[in-house]
Amino acid sequence: MEAVKLGSATVGLKGRDYAVVVALKRASSELASYQKKIIPIDDHLGISIAGITADARVLSRYMRQECLNYKYSNDTVYPASRLIMNLGNKMQKCTQRYDRRPFGVGLLVAAYDDQGPHIYEVVPSANYFSVKAMSIGSRSQSARTYLEKHLEKFSQCTKEELIKHGLEALKGTLPNEDLLTSANISIGVVGKGENFHILDDKENQAYVDAIEKRKPGGGPDDDSGAGGSSLPSVPTPADEPGDRDPIAAVAMETH
Amino acid sequence: MFGGFDNSYSPMWHNGPKPGAFYNFPATSTSSPKDEKQRDSQPITTGSSVIAFKYDTGVVISADTLISYGKLLRYRNVDRVFKVNDHTIIGVGGEYADFQFIKKYIDQKVTEDYCYDDNLQLKPKSLFNWLTRVLYNKRCRFAPLWIDIVIGGLQDGVPFLGHVDHRGRAYEDAAIATGYGKHLALPLIREKIENQTETLNAERAVELSKSCMEVLFYRDCQSYPQYKIATCDGQGARVDGPINVAQNWEQALNV
Repeated sequence: MEAVKLGSATVGLKGRDYAVVVALKRASSELASYQKKIIPIDDHLGISIAGITADARVLSRYMRQECLNYKYSNDTVYPASRLIMNLGNKMQKCTQRYDRRPFGVGLLVAAYDDQGPHIYEVVPSANYFSVKAMSIGSRSQSARTYLEKHLEKFSQCTKEELIKHGLEALKGTLPNEDLLTSANISIGVVGKGENFHILDDKENQAYVDAIEKRKPGGGPDDDSGAGGSSLPSVPTPADEPGDRDPIAAVAMETH
Repeated sequence: MFGGFDNSYSPMWHNGPKPGAFYNFPATSTSSPKDEKQRDSQPITTGSSVIAFKYDTGVVISADTLISYGKLLRYRNVDRVFKVNDHTIIGVGGEYADFQFIKKYIDQKVTEDYCYDDNLQLKPKSLFNWLTRVLYNKRCRFAPLWIDIVIGGLQDGVPFLGHVDHRGRAYEDAAIATGYGKHLALPLIREKIENQTETLNAERAVELSKSCMEVLFYRDCQSYPQYKIATCDGQGARVDGPINVAQNWEQALNV
């Protein structure tokens, strides 16, 4: 459990047709590149990790294998609920034996199947939860607070709005004097008619710009007229104050 | 050359095998009949034709209730069409024992779905694909399951119909028949389903199925006047029958 808290934060949330994971990437040193945080598993499913990356790779290899085998024999994608159940069962085994250690990694699984979009939270204790939105990793509490506050809106959100909500939530987990950049974030999307994929640098930048330009209290759903077509949306000042994101507000005052 | 060893002078040993060859012990042969394994290469207790086709909202599969032992009409009241689950039906011809073997595994899959208790059910396309894999795998081991199996049902609300045989050959079509039905019933079915003027609804589909079974009874000497019809559409899957052919041998005089 503690290992998960050491990993950088990651946020997952779902709307009616989309499931999105966003993650904050860290580099092990100035000389190193950013660690991969989001791993695609299959066309319909991907995971975002917090904790021991090596353990996550073992789990992702297992999930990939299972998905591939399922596809080979059943000609369809592995239903997320069953994959996660089997993953949970696998992870449980090593919590029960004295000669094993649990997987030191937490996962947020984003999936889209016949049942619609899913976000699953999987923790080292081998519990798994189907959630509407969740954040794990270091300083993830502030992201959860953000998600709880905006939870009601997610079901109506477009893909773009979901990603922006995800980034807003992720912003709260940033270390001091750090900013979201296209390089230190990773965004994975899956949804209706859209296979799981990780957005590229250019797309990341567009979303970062959209977030940074936002005026106080401007939740990502304020650009409802834009419908996501014009990404860096026109910010609308002075929205309902109850909806205000405290962090964004503070940032505004310093400007 | 070779350290001055003169190969032509004398052999290293006498009566041995030539270099690169094996010693041939007397009174043995390299391939004894004990190494070989006899396998069934033909069906013994067989079902005859299955006819199946799609109609506007579903599929219908029908087969008589006869299992023959050679030319002997050995078992006259055996089901050859089955409901697998609420949106999958199957019909089978060929070696009935082999079918019973595979049916056990199909039932197991259905029970497994029930035990998961997650409202997910085996879909016809998945079953079709799985049977293709199993039957082809078996034929690769030179132990084919000698069956002709037709899988029908609703795949996400759309009628699906596929056929797999004992070699793992598989195809999907709007009209499928096996055995003598291929020659006798298929033209009759195609005439109706290709008819643009009137849509083939459930009622007409069952009528067509009945007339095909009648023709098959008169013309195929391995058939029986009792048959069952399985249908699968939006209302679910069900097996009707047994239905008996109203025999009229007076027409024989006109042929």
